[in-house]
Amino acid sequence: MVHTDVHVVRRRARRVGARAAVHAVLIGYSLLAVGPALLVVANSFKERQAIFDSPFSLPTPSTWDTSGYETVFDEASFPTYFRNSLMVTLLSVLGVIVVSAMAAHALSEFDFRGRGLLRIYLLAGIMVPIRLATVGLVELFGSLEMINTLWALILVYIAMGIPLGIFILSQFFAQVPTELKQAARVDGAGEWRVFAVTLPLVRPGLGAVAVFTMLPVFNDLWFPLVLAPGESTRTMTLGAQQFLGQFETNWNAMLAALSLAIVPVLVLYVLFSRQFLRGLTEGAIK
Amino acid sequence: MRLAPAFAASSPRRRRLRSPGARALLFCAPALVIYSTFMVWPLLQSLRFALLDDAGDWVGLDNFDKLFGDPLWSERFWRALRQNMQFFLFHCLVQNPVGLTLAALLTVQRLRGANVYRTLIFVPTTLSVVIVGFAWRLILSPLWGIVHTPLLGRTSTALPTLSLISVWQWIGIPMIFFYATLISIPKELIDASRVDGASAWRTFWRVSFPLVLPMFGVITIVTYIANMNAFDLVFTVQGVQAGPAYSTDLLGTLFYRSAYGSVQGGGDRAMGATVASATFAVILVGLLLFFLVWRRRVRTYQL
Amino acid sequence: MQTRKLMAGVLVAGLLAAACGSGDEDAGGGGGGDGDAVTLVVESWRADDKAVWEDTIVPAFEESHEGIELEFQPTAPTEYNAALENRLDGGEAGDIIACRPFDISLELFEAGHLEAVDDLEGMDAFDDVARSGWVTDDGATTYCVPMASVIHGFYYNKDVFDELGLEPPTTTEDLHTVLDAIAADGAATPIAQGTVDQWDIAEVDYTGIGPNYWKGEEGRQALIDGSAQFTDPEYVAPFEELATWGQYMPDGYEALSYDDAKVLFTNGDGAIFPGGSWEITGFERDAGFELGVFAPPLPTDGDPCYISDHVDIGMGMNADTEHADEARTFLEWVASEEFAQLYSNELPGFFSLREGAVEVDNALADDFVSWRDDCESTIRLPAQKLNRGDPAMWDELYAVSSEVVNGTLTPADAAQRLQEGLDSWYTPSE
Repeated sequence: MVHTDVHVVRRRARRVGARAAVHAVLIGYSLLAVGPALLVVANSFKERQAIFDSPFSLPTPSTWDTSGYETVFDEASFPTYFRNSLMVTLLSVLGVIVVSAMAAHALSEFDFRGRGLLRIYLLAGIMVPIRLATVGLVELFGSLEMINTLWALILVYIAMGIPLGIFILSQFFAQVPTELKQAARVDGAGEWRVFAVTLPLVRPGLGAVAVFTMLPVFNDLWFPLVLAPGESTRTMTLGAQQFLGQFETNWNAMLAALSLAIVPVLVLYVLFSRQFLRGLTEGAIK
Repeated sequence: MRLAPAFAASSPRRRRLRSPGARALLFCAPALVIYSTFMVWPLLQSLRFALLDDAGDWVGLDNFDKLFGDPLWSERFWRALRQNMQFFLFHCLVQNPVGLTLAALLTVQRLRGANVYRTLIFVPTTLSVVIVGFAWRLILSPLWGIVHTPLLGRTSTALPTLSLISVWQWIGIPMIFFYATLISIPKELIDASRVDGASAWRTFWRVSFPLVLPMFGVITIVTYIANMNAFDLVFTVQGVQAGPAYSTDLLGTLFYRSAYGSVQGGGDRAMGATVASATFAVILVGLLLFFLVWRRRVRTYQL
Repeated sequence: MQTRKLMAGVLVAGLLAAACGSGDEDAGGGGGGDGDAVTLVVESWRADDKAVWEDTIVPAFEESHEGIELEFQPTAPTEYNAALENRLDGGEAGDIIACRPFDISLELFEAGHLEAVDDLEGMDAFDDVARSGWVTDDGATTYCVPMASVIHGFYYNKDVFDELGLEPPTTTEDLHTVLDAIAADGAATPIAQGTVDQWDIAEVDYTGIGPNYWKGEEGRQALIDGSAQFTDPEYVAPFEELATWGQYMPDGYEALSYDDAKVLFTNGDGAIFPGGSWEITGFERDAGFELGVFAPPLPTDGDPCYISDHVDIGMGMNADTEHADEARTFLEWVASEEFAQLYSNELPGFFSLREGAVEVDNALADDFVSWRDDCESTIRLPAQKLNRGDPAMWDELYAVSSEVVNGTLTPADAAQRLQEGLDSWYTPSE
């Protein structure tokens, strides 16, 4: 009896120990993951000297200082940058979702000659980094007189997101039971109605596409730098980067600007992440 | 799916309905138009610019001759390519095992706070490269940071350091994919293995790992394409000169510098397009290798 | 479900409307004036001066020039050249352009982006030297109004020097004595500088102390006309001097940036900061100790001295501007004495290029300028003609200078590389 008890206890201890180890590793990595961002945010609330004296300490009542934020809101056009980023991101995501959903629906629903070819054509874009097309894009938008417009960015990002969007959504559309669609048709529904009926069923996929599109678009530095660097069309990422150059010596303002840049994407990510994860686990892997 | 035409014939309102091909085209039209106009066409144009000189006159393959033949350009290109490959290898060697480990840990039965861990680990991926660059420059600064060796200032350590920072930023994505793959493994397989007396460790290696292996391939090729395109981090941290002594120069930064010039200006659009075309070729080669070698060899299981 | 769809629809409509709205605002370069006032957008790399422009310079101009408003829109200095060219090509650049000196702006002029300014009122107050940075090779056309020059030197922490009983050095031997003394004391780092940004080592260090070795203009012209090579001793010697500076820099200096160095200096942790007169305002604001400056040290006692007195910034006119008349008015104001006074005093360290003395009320600025009396002036070595090919001299100098200080390249190899790069495309000219 005693012998068995010891074994049970030992096994349980080992299990608890193993679990503790798992938690330890995950906690450790989580700290590594969020540490740097926390560092930026914490220091943005400290006065200049305190930042250099002890960069790794939290702000205390004596070192608390919001002058950086004041500078940012006074001098820089951060509200404009924020509005630009938000608009470009939301419209791009919307564009990708609508356009990809339509195409994915068509590719999984209709059988026609050339379907395979069309699919390859559209999906090939996944493997081609759109930045390589920059020279051509600058040329194109230049001739359309669309340099320094937000629409130039939006169109590029939609184009960029289409291949992956169609790829992900195709998986989901393929899983929609055909009986549902047939039933709708028998009831006299037009193609649009059929499409509208299937949409709610692919919601996780839409979430996945939203996240995959939103992240690279909001944080993109390249296209705003090359296509829309003007003051009024600057996005938040570009604005923060320019800001760093301008206020090289104003560390408070720099840190404040960066901290502000963290918030929007984090919020958007938290909003979409549940759908995103469902989307991945339910469909994308197949 | 040959049902649509049959129904079309049967309902009276639908006599003038177009064929499935036409309807498909209608639905695909917006995607096709935007994709072709703003991605395919400019890409072809960019490739075409590589065949012209800076003034716009046709020069055929002269620019490529210059890129590979001229000692100055050749040195730049091969150095950037070699360094890009090093960047990629380092990236993969760290990212894949760590990503898989984290994912595996997250799948532990009834792990408290798994959601929280998952979200936190994904945070770096939501950060813009400006923040990533700034924060890590601070942490690695010999003056203000915790690491006193000038990792970003020495040619031997600058590129690997940037590689690690890049892994830190992007590991959330492979981790999520591995995670999704792991949790879609039917529980019966795991249970069967455990019932047979295998430890959790062994179960992982014998059952889960082979089923995750195909995902390694996907992650690797996606990382490859992303890395061949990398620019943001180097640009933000080391500047357009990709120092020290061009040791952090990648194909992306070379492209930017060729097309738009460095600190003192002076870009050459033709050579920029040439570098871009060469990068495209490098990516295609990688893709070919992936499809011919990996996909053939590794069996994908229908989960 | 219905409400959500409605809200979504409204959101989309709102976004679309807003996006279209902002699209219109961006048409053209800077013509955003409403009603009567014309707004001129001023492009510049002097982001640090933004406050001064907005608080003093712009109001001064707008007060005396009704109907014209100014918007100062700087870009980060390391990106200015590339970003400006991009904007000019795309037709989206500002109306007034701050001009980098020599080859860079010449390229812009030859590409048709800048207007000639010879006929502007007040241009006769600028002599050939002043115009040299913004004039065509034949000297016939000037395309930017010269605004200011900057001088290179060494800032030092007087408190640290006094404590250790040190005097500002005159020769390189003195310099090393001073550096060794500070290093031995250990309280402060002798040289507050890092090599990761590269340009400071190349522009401030190499072309700052170099003129004393290659005899200023003589040496510079010799490279241009081909009678001298980088591998000659007078061009290698400054590298040899720089190679000894690494040990006096902070630990891990290979990863320290120009900004880090500035903070180190103003914090009092670095004793000497190799820098240019453009830092006067910033340092006076941030340093909590008494500041001093000394001229680049001489290789041998008694040598004639040379200083890097570089025509640095001018103002030009975007050839595609929609407000040519107003732009010309502004540039004429820039050429005036009123502006010279204002600028030199608001931004001490930027020395007006206008003929005739400008009163500057700043001790450090006076120190810098006083060197002109004893020393011959020269511009930065690679600035003229040597950047027109590939590899551009500046790019090469950036890379090799920092490598020399890092100890990864020998001075001889550095010079060799520079000369080889030059030989690959450059044909000597007068």
